[in-house]
Amino acid sequence: MSEPLSSVETLKRESRGLRGTLRESLDDAVTGALRESDAQLLKFHGSYQQDDRDLREERRLQKLEPAYSFMIRTRLPGGVATPAQWLALDALATRYGNHTLRLTTRQAFQIHGILKQDLKPTIAAINQTLIDTIAACGDVNRNVMVSANPVESQAHAEVQADAIVLSEHLLPHTRAYHEIWLDEQQVVGADESEPVYGPTYLPRKFKTGFAIPPINDVDVFSQDLGFVAILEAGELVGYNLLAGGGMGTTHGDARTYPRLADVLGFIRKDQVIAAATAVLTAQRDHGNRSDRKLSRLKYTIDRLGVDAFKHEVELRIGEALQPARSFRFQHNGDRFGWIEGIDGRWHHTLRIESGRLRDSESIRGLSGLRAIAAEHRGDFRLTPNQNLIIANVAAEDRARIDALLVEHGLHEQLRGATFRRFALACVSLPTCTLAMAEAERYLPTLMDRVEALLTKHGLRDEPILLRVSGCPNGCSRPYLGEIALVGKAPGRYNLMLGADFEGRRLNRLHRENIDEVAILSELDALFARFAAEREGDEHFGDFVVRTGIVRAPQTIAAEVSA
Amino acid sequence: MSAQPIFPPLPLLDAERSALLARLTDGLDASALHWISGYAAGLAARGAPALAVVSAKDRDVDVAPTRVTVLYGSQTGNAKREAERLAEALRGEGADVRLVRADAYPTRELADERVLFVVISTQGEGEPPDDARGFVEFVSGRRAPKLEHLQFAVLGLGDSSYPQFNAMGRILDARFEALGAKRLFARGEADVDVATVAAPWLVQAREQVRALKSANAASVVPTAVATASHAAWHKEQPYAAELIVNQRITARESTQDVRHLEIALDPSLAYEPGDALGVKPRNAAAVVERLVARLGWSGHESVRIGDEIRSAHDWLEGHRELTRLHRGFVQQHAVRAKSSVLDALLAADAPAFNDWLTARQVDDVLAEFPAEWAPGEFVAALRPLAPRLYSIASSRKVVGDEAHLAVAVFDAQGPFGVQRGVASGFLADAAAGASVPVYVEANERFRLPQDASRDVIMIGPGTGVAPFRGFVQERSAVGAAGRNWLFFGARHARSQFLYQLEWQAALKAGTLHRLDLAFSRDTAERVYVQQRLREQGREVYTWLDGGAHFYVCGAIAMGKSVHAALRDIVIEHGGRDAEAADDYLNELQRAGRYARDVY
Repeated sequence: MSEPLSSVETLKRESRGLRGTLRESLDDAVTGALRESDAQLLKFHGSYQQDDRDLREERRLQKLEPAYSFMIRTRLPGGVATPAQWLALDALATRYGNHTLRLTTRQAFQIHGILKQDLKPTIAAINQTLIDTIAACGDVNRNVMVSANPVESQAHAEVQADAIVLSEHLLPHTRAYHEIWLDEQQVVGADESEPVYGPTYLPRKFKTGFAIPPINDVDVFSQDLGFVAILEAGELVGYNLLAGGGMGTTHGDARTYPRLADVLGFIRKDQVIAAATAVLTAQRDHGNRSDRKLSRLKYTIDRLGVDAFKHEVELRIGEALQPARSFRFQHNGDRFGWIEGIDGRWHHTLRIESGRLRDSESIRGLSGLRAIAAEHRGDFRLTPNQNLIIANVAAEDRARIDALLVEHGLHEQLRGATFRRFALACVSLPTCTLAMAEAERYLPTLMDRVEALLTKHGLRDEPILLRVSGCPNGCSRPYLGEIALVGKAPGRYNLMLGADFEGRRLNRLHRENIDEVAILSELDALFARFAAEREGDEHFGDFVVRTGIVRAPQTIAAEVSA
Repeated sequence: MSAQPIFPPLPLLDAERSALLARLTDGLDASALHWISGYAAGLAARGAPALAVVSAKDRDVDVAPTRVTVLYGSQTGNAKREAERLAEALRGEGADVRLVRADAYPTRELADERVLFVVISTQGEGEPPDDARGFVEFVSGRRAPKLEHLQFAVLGLGDSSYPQFNAMGRILDARFEALGAKRLFARGEADVDVATVAAPWLVQAREQVRALKSANAASVVPTAVATASHAAWHKEQPYAAELIVNQRITARESTQDVRHLEIALDPSLAYEPGDALGVKPRNAAAVVERLVARLGWSGHESVRIGDEIRSAHDWLEGHRELTRLHRGFVQQHAVRAKSSVLDALLAADAPAFNDWLTARQVDDVLAEFPAEWAPGEFVAALRPLAPRLYSIASSRKVVGDEAHLAVAVFDAQGPFGVQRGVASGFLADAAAGASVPVYVEANERFRLPQDASRDVIMIGPGTGVAPFRGFVQERSAVGAAGRNWLFFGARHARSQFLYQLEWQAALKAGTLHRLDLAFSRDTAERVYVQQRLREQGREVYTWLDGGAHFYVCGAIAMGKSVHAALRDIVIEHGGRDAEAADDYLNELQRAGRYARDVY
């Protein structure tokens, strides 16, 4: 690259293994924030510095700095947690956080509202539960996702094991995390070189997901690195290897775009580490380190060409990829309520709106799950759609779980129009520093209004993917929504239309920068046409593409085969 | 042309006198030097012949009988003002008056005093004002001389809502007598309405001096304290200032409401950092209305006190204390209420009664012990509404003709509802644009070092930080070379870090050099500023040793804890024993390098 390196590259190189001056920043009582450089480095340790943006102006007038706090995100491959871990995280959220637990679209827990002086005790306590937060954020491989599919229990267990091994393999080797948060003594002269990452880690964040067909809940085409499990006669034989997906864009920068991953080929089960390392190091060496807007793997692949990139990956693996095997997805949502697995265990998927567990008057989500965790003998699975599976319940324990759900008001999560159960929203305001418009806080109002429109057009039971994001970075994977709002300014959004119901077609911009009145009036008209002109049980996203309301966007074939 | 030879300035004094002068002035502090220059100026003004220096012998013979010393110890300026009035009055009688602040008084001269008037206030729980600590210690201690030739009288100033009312006046009055001195007339014990007691006391002093006066009337000798230029605005005639900004500076989750107030001043209202702004409040209309209703009045009743006639409502709203009770009122109320409970309380020991008193406001007593009151009697039984003093939190060099205040709004749950501080409530409820009666109350005991290269250490938790905002502004504006070190504390950093953004900016700009913080409720164990001070003991001592000035502002209890910490620091890091440490701190205080503004 002839362009100068971005400042973050220098910061990483000079960070002494991601240590920076974090300790000094943590000890500085004059501010609840970290030094700017340390706030950057903190991401690699699994935490973001944020502030309550609702209070910024008020506090400025009060001659007080912004109400800084920290979000801590766990590394939790596949989103599988034990009841003991659940209870520990709940206790931390209650003691140090804002009394909520947030289940993310990447199957992680987030605790919000941690004050600087509580960061270390919180991270230390999380580690005591055998969960860590290393590399949950930052220019590294993030939390590895796995289809929450509990029915295919044997396959899930195998894929989950592969995901954990991969997640561990791609952890940074620096001991900075253990020294700063866990009081590990620094070993003088210890080899801290990063065999996978090198001294400046990756050019940008890197996301990995494992899907188990026929469910594409992980939205595998949105991942930088994807694995699609190939089962033959119920046996896991290997994976199709995918690369180059990504959601994030920048408003007003035409060089940026969402992109679906390419299917590069098939790998054997024993090649997971080698293949992942090959893709990741190819990005490490070829990714753009000058302009962080253009540094995700999707741009690297488009710059090099898919064939050239595949060749590069094969060179790094040391052998050619086999042709991709055939697979087919049915949908990318969750299956709610009780389901029996092939091993006779039961799994209950709970709808959690925006993944936020809190105690409100009608729904005592945090208390309810605490009560269930205290008795539950199976495990929990966070789904990529911000929902929660109470997994591995013996048949005789179902009634007790049901009773606890009723007691805490968690049994009526599926009431209302069908589209509600699929809706996703990112955190956005007031804590996210990137947010341009409301998302999570706006979703309940928006859903009420959309429900009214759908009801008016007789579409109340229609499953439609609605996704709301407070900015174009796309934590709620908005570019895979049949209807999506991407925030531009307070109260104003880009209205995106036309993704499919399986996560294999992007949507397109339909109306730019419009307010709620315009959004609702646009949807009103579209729903009217959909009700009148749809063919069979055609999905809304397919309808707007077929009728040319939006131009056909990037699509992966419904059935991928060799 | 060759260079002009440079001549030394023509010496006004010959070598011998120059040497004498050098010996005389060697080691004297600024106030002593000022005194000497004033003394000399006075001599010159009298047109005295060049050699008319009064010899010790002459003085003994001619001056001693009518020479009078007026000594004062003052914290907020009231005692000083009364002392000045007395000195003025005695000079009017032709007496040779020396007016001197207690810490500028050379205690070794006490044995030779003939006539001494002491005006002294009592602080908090029976403590002397800071400028009189050394004097009181000396008089009370074993080193105090016999005072058989002394005639004296004492005027004490205090606040009868405190249990140790006028303790300092009583202690000195008794001690002088014990040392053999003759009391000229009975001690005066002024309450917050100072003049009621002070004026007749002053008349008595004047009569006594007139009686003592010898035929050879001596002239007035210039005094150590320069006569203050009389400001156009003062306590009795405050300036109607405009409130420009009323901004809460504690976060919404803070139970403590602290306001940053910006007040536009008349340019003639000059102040220095460290001075206080006197605010003349009004009682909240709602409080007055509740009271009037409880008493069954209309509020329009005409009440005459002295020469002033106002409606009962007006008296109560603008001129009478409704938030601070005093014993006299309770006594009168007890008679009317015929309550055995009140009688028992009045008969109880002082601390028990005082606890009861401080927990209540006037309306609480009326609610609990109903009684009939005629408006005139009621108004007369209450004390006049006194102004409240707030440390000014700004420097005129930075804010121009404005004074900034940091005011904690006193709000407490009383036995019969919410109690509000009269002045803090008045200020908190005032909107921008409102008129606030104010005057400047100088605090010469709380001044930045003349020498700007000196370091300063400032201890100011809570609203005690107010004067230090002024200090740092001033030092920044004049480009002071000395370093500034602030200790601040509160309960919670997030919600009560007063002026946080300004301190951060000052640290960045290098106008604040160190900031040590104690947020008592953010940590498992409660940590206060005195603990931070101890932790930094070595460094604090190094600064002091290098000439730093040390300031404390805030609550009395904090002031005591900080003093104890400082004493321990001097013992530990200064290698002194306890007595030497006390001497060291007394010397710092005397030299104006250890100043306290506690309340």
